[in-house]
Amino acid sequence: MSAASTSQAPMIEIRGVHKSFGELTVLRGIDLRIDPGTVTAIIGPSGSGKSTLLRTINHLEQADAGTVTVAGTLIGYRRRGDRLHQLAERDLLRQRSTIGFVFQDFNLFGHLTVLQNVIEAPLSAQRRKRREVEPLARDLLARVGLADKADEYPRRLSGGQQQRVAIARALALQPAVILFDEPTSALDPELVGEVLEVIAELARSGATLVIVTHEIGFARRIADTVAFMDGGQIVESGPPNSVLDHPQHERTRAFLSKVL
Amino acid sequence: MVGVRHPWRWVGIAAVLVLLAQLVHGFVTNPGWDWPTFGAYFVSATVLKALWVTVQLTLLGTALGFVLGTVLAAMRLSRSSFLRVVSWSYVWAFRSIPLIVQLLFWFNIGYLYQTLQVGVPFGPGLFSVQTNSLFGPMGAAVMGLALHQAAYAAEIIRGGIVSVDAGQLEAAAALGLPRRRQFFKIVLPQAMRSILPNGANEVISLFKGTSIVSVMAIPELFYQVQVIYGRNGRVVPLLMVATVWYIVLTTALSILQHYLERRFGRGSERHRGQSAVHRLRSGLAAIKAKATESAVTGR
Ligand SMILES: Nc1ncnc2c1ncn2[C@@H]1O[C@H](COP(=O)(O)OP(=O)(O)OP(=O)(O)O)[C@@H](O)[C@H]1O
Ligand SMILES: [Mg+2]
Repeated sequence: MSAASTSQAPMIEIRGVHKSFGELTVLRGIDLRIDPGTVTAIIGPSGSGKSTLLRTINHLEQADAGTVTVAGTLIGYRRRGDRLHQLAERDLLRQRSTIGFVFQDFNLFGHLTVLQNVIEAPLSAQRRKRREVEPLARDLLARVGLADKADEYPRRLSGGQQQRVAIARALALQPAVILFDEPTSALDPELVGEVLEVIAELARSGATLVIVTHEIGFARRIADTVAFMDGGQIVESGPPNSVLDHPQHERTRAFLSKVL
Repeated sequence: MVGVRHPWRWVGIAAVLVLLAQLVHGFVTNPGWDWPTFGAYFVSATVLKALWVTVQLTLLGTALGFVLGTVLAAMRLSRSSFLRVVSWSYVWAFRSIPLIVQLLFWFNIGYLYQTLQVGVPFGPGLFSVQTNSLFGPMGAAVMGLALHQAAYAAEIIRGGIVSVDAGQLEAAAALGLPRRRQFFKIVLPQAMRSILPNGANEVISLFKGTSIVSVMAIPELFYQVQVIYGRNGRVVPLLMVATVWYIVLTTALSILQHYLERRFGRGSERHRGQSAVHRLRSGLAAIKAKATESAVTGR
């Protein structure tokens, strides 16, 4: 775990993000700064807006107000003077290809083999050469322990294996940050460990990770920062031993007493 | 080992076999089928030429119909409510009109509009053509079949696209795949799984439906057969000529469908699919293997 120094430029900077779905306000003013090479775990009760926040980071969800910056780049907009102009879809897609996203239910492309899943985005979104991308993809598959499954179709893999392919697929873009939305919630208990192991290995390698999770023990073990969300706000955030062991807020205590 | 006995199954099989035997016996012995006449016309130049017209009608109707159908499906799924309404209305209109009525309209279009003019709307014309020269009877038939087909194709294609899990598109968007790539590489191939069987049904029914254009005196298979038996009075063998050709080509289409479905079904099953053809093939292989084995062992 790398120490977060405040003098560094943040990898992700979220400022004043608001989001509503019709009448329902889901995010009410989120501010969050994430330093490069750190692991941030977002925890909180169901419906508190964790997924929505994660999805606004790569603009799968468009915020009603506020800005998100990743590696110094404003996501989804172009600043002209002091006004923000929405990016053309093509430019937005290019930005997305620098942000990895791992879904709760994997969302692997079922009609493509494991290898094809991994090389698709580098080839078509980043226009890299196949002969350069394919060895990289095989290395990534080896890294997640699936070197021998390259030519298999996703449906014939276990949930844990599928999620590891999804992680390799996200890594193939060589992203600046990787976002995980409850990566183990769709898995049978005995398969959770293998996926968490892969994520822990990524954390050790110095990647910037943001993980929405219900695995409090895992968060304690690998996170530099734990952010607790409730009712569309970040109630408190800080190192695991302060947020998880000495929570300052009543709502955090109430939540932790239920899940621990 | 004694399995469960199914005595009634054997009774059923026996009954079907008896009926089949009677049918075949009838085909062979009843002179009314007039097989020599059938043989004389089955591959005659006139019939083959008519068959080619039928095939052309099917191909053009399918191609144009599915192209227009794809456009209509895309309109129906677009963000523009105007396009959605246009697409919905088209499908509503063309599914409401019986094909034969629609065909007769196109056939008589020259009666409604003698000339087609290109120019300023409601203003002076720049040039014009005779409607009847633009739409020969063949053109009218293709037009009618394609417009009719498009309404059904649009629904099938839309249904296929909607059946693809939304997570697939979301993953493609999150990976930053270009918009076209998201549709053509990720969504469409998976939509094909449900588009293909329904689409094949449509093509087959269009193929047989071409016989309807005989009302427009287009020399396709069914019309030509009617002309011939009108001349020589041998109705039954000539109907059989048409029937057998329809069966042969429908079978060919079904085989094509089988291979296409296998092509697009990749990755959709946990275990390698055991299709009927597959089983038949491995069954035959097993019999062959047994035969060689017994030949080798001299039994
Ligand atoms: N596309 C949408 N349209 C309407 N409402 C939505 C949409 N997406 C999320 N919501 C609502 O926003 C609220 C927050 O959802 P979100 O998925 O961010 O919660 P979460 O904290 O991730 O919960 P969970 O732990 O159950 O995944 C929920 O009440 C949800 O119903
Ligand atoms: Mg969620």
